[in-house]
Amino acid sequence: MGGRAKVPSGVVMIRDEDIIVVDEPDLSAAERLYLPQILGGMRTTFRHMFKKKITVQYPEQKRTLRVENYRGVHRLNRDEKGRVACVSCFMCETACPAHCIHIVSGESPWEDREKYPIQFDIDELRCIYCGMCEEACPVDAIELTPEYHLVGLTREEMIFDKEKLLQVFDRTCEEKPRKNPRITGYAGTGDRPALPPSGGGH
Amino acid sequence: MVDVVGVMDILKDQFWFSAGLAAALIGVIMTVVAYCIYFERKISAWIQDRVGPNRVGPLGLLQPLADGAKFIFKEDSIPANVDKPLFLIAPTVAFILGMIGFVVLPWGGSVDLDGDGVVDVVAQVADPGIGLLYLLGVGSLGVYGVVLGGWASNNKYAVFAAMRSTAQMLSYEIPMGLCIFIVVVCVGSLRLEDIVLSQVGEGHVWNIVLHPVAFFILLVTIFAETNRTPFDLAEAEQELVGGYHTEYGALKFGMFFLGEYAHMITGSAFITVLFLGGWHLPWVPGLQPEDVSVGAMFMKMGVMGLKIVAFLFLFMWVRWTLPRFRFDQLMRLSWKGLLPMCMILAGYAVYLVYVGLDRDVYWALGGNIVLVLSVLVFNVLHRPLVSGRQANMPAIGGRQPA
Repeated sequence: MGGRAKVPSGVVMIRDEDIIVVDEPDLSAAERLYLPQILGGMRTTFRHMFKKKITVQYPEQKRTLRVENYRGVHRLNRDEKGRVACVSCFMCETACPAHCIHIVSGESPWEDREKYPIQFDIDELRCIYCGMCEEACPVDAIELTPEYHLVGLTREEMIFDKEKLLQVFDRTCEEKPRKNPRITGYAGTGDRPALPPSGGGH
Repeated sequence: MVDVVGVMDILKDQFWFSAGLAAALIGVIMTVVAYCIYFERKISAWIQDRVGPNRVGPLGLLQPLADGAKFIFKEDSIPANVDKPLFLIAPTVAFILGMIGFVVLPWGGSVDLDGDGVVDVVAQVADPGIGLLYLLGVGSLGVYGVVLGGWASNNKYAVFAAMRSTAQMLSYEIPMGLCIFIVVVCVGSLRLEDIVLSQVGEGHVWNIVLHPVAFFILLVTIFAETNRTPFDLAEAEQELVGGYHTEYGALKFGMFFLGEYAHMITGSAFITVLFLGGWHLPWVPGLQPEDVSVGAMFMKMGVMGLKIVAFLFLFMWVRWTLPRFRFDQLMRLSWKGLLPMCMILAGYAVYLVYVGLDRDVYWALGGNIVLVLSVLVFNVLHRPLVSGRQANMPAIGGRQPA
């Protein structure tokens, strides 16, 4: 115990009473001989040799994903008329912790909303697939899809623009339909009726 | 047309027969080594509930070829500060020492090539009177590749691995030598064919029946000699990066790899010859010493091969089951466990030979059983002085775990 150096004041050391001494458990006679334990282990591994294999042979077989909440490549949803559903509110760009979304907004050519994205880029290499953009979107325009085989030859190729993101929607809308198609645009403007107060969709 | 009789005449000369056998062995052993690596991966996969390599060729059977091609075409870099000559020699040494052990192994007993009732050749590349010593020497030199590689790499981790490997080899060489001593004392010859012949025929049994404990200890020491898990401290990647071959790549790394597997095959053959009757199976016609036809030779080679394959499987099975020993456990097992047991066994074997009972199954087996029982009793009564943290160390203070 002796000979411990004087601890300068203000320096926090681990207090003696906070140290828990954990000794190795004593081995029983059989364990000290190793052999019974070794044979037990070999029995286990031998049994595993003939068990059903859990490998998924990837390109041929695919794991079944939980489509609803799998966070793969993003898509930009289309509304019923095939227009981009985004209203260019910048909520996703603000929420994004990786700063991978870049939006250029412009005046909407349609009368049910004020703005629409002229440009909408997502750097898929920067993205951490956290799903915050999806959480932030007030009109459920941006969503993560179950698509995960994301490949490209250059960095530029992996920056997905608006067209590419809409194509992802076209590819995946069968598998994962848009969550809440009715809340595009502003209630009461244009040609659609106001939303019910609860805001529920189909 | 090949003149069969002419070929036979040439082969009846032991020199040419040996040359042919050596050429065939190199091919066979290299293939077996390559497929050892394939099966190592397969067995590890099966044990871990995976499928293993299955992409290259049917069932992945061409995987060794792909691996080999990869080794050849990779950049063969030599780090800047290595001891260049030694760095280049080390993998070669490991590989060659792994391969040259095969020449003294008795693969198929005596052969009568032309069927005239006269034994023409021995199915063995070389048949020296000191075959056993030769095998022992080559096996022990196997550590040379490891030490040279570790030293030449100019890398502290590689040197650590080399040092560990050396200490391990020294510690396990002694029980191994004593196990072999038991066999040699009972057989009275260092010729490997004599050792096989002493285990076959009327009234003779395999040495494993006479000396099961010695067989088992030899098996353990061969695991250690070949640096296989649980004795693979020389390539403990968690502690030593890659161990002695940290700085090696491409074909040079491949040669270390092949050398290790060739070493395993030699070790398996070694223990087969010493304790499991080599090419012999009891009661099977064609595998007895008086069967000397060419067909019998091939059968004997097959049996020998099967026994080796069984051992290789055991090596892999154990590797994917057991964790690695800690260094103090490694040393304790050899010096305080195997060595005393071996010394008692060796003394008992000498006594049996002295009183002429060395071929008596009951006496030999009885001694083994008494030894095992006394070790068990000793083990129950004896508390090791050191187990993990030393008991006589002062407490660090603080509270004991609840």
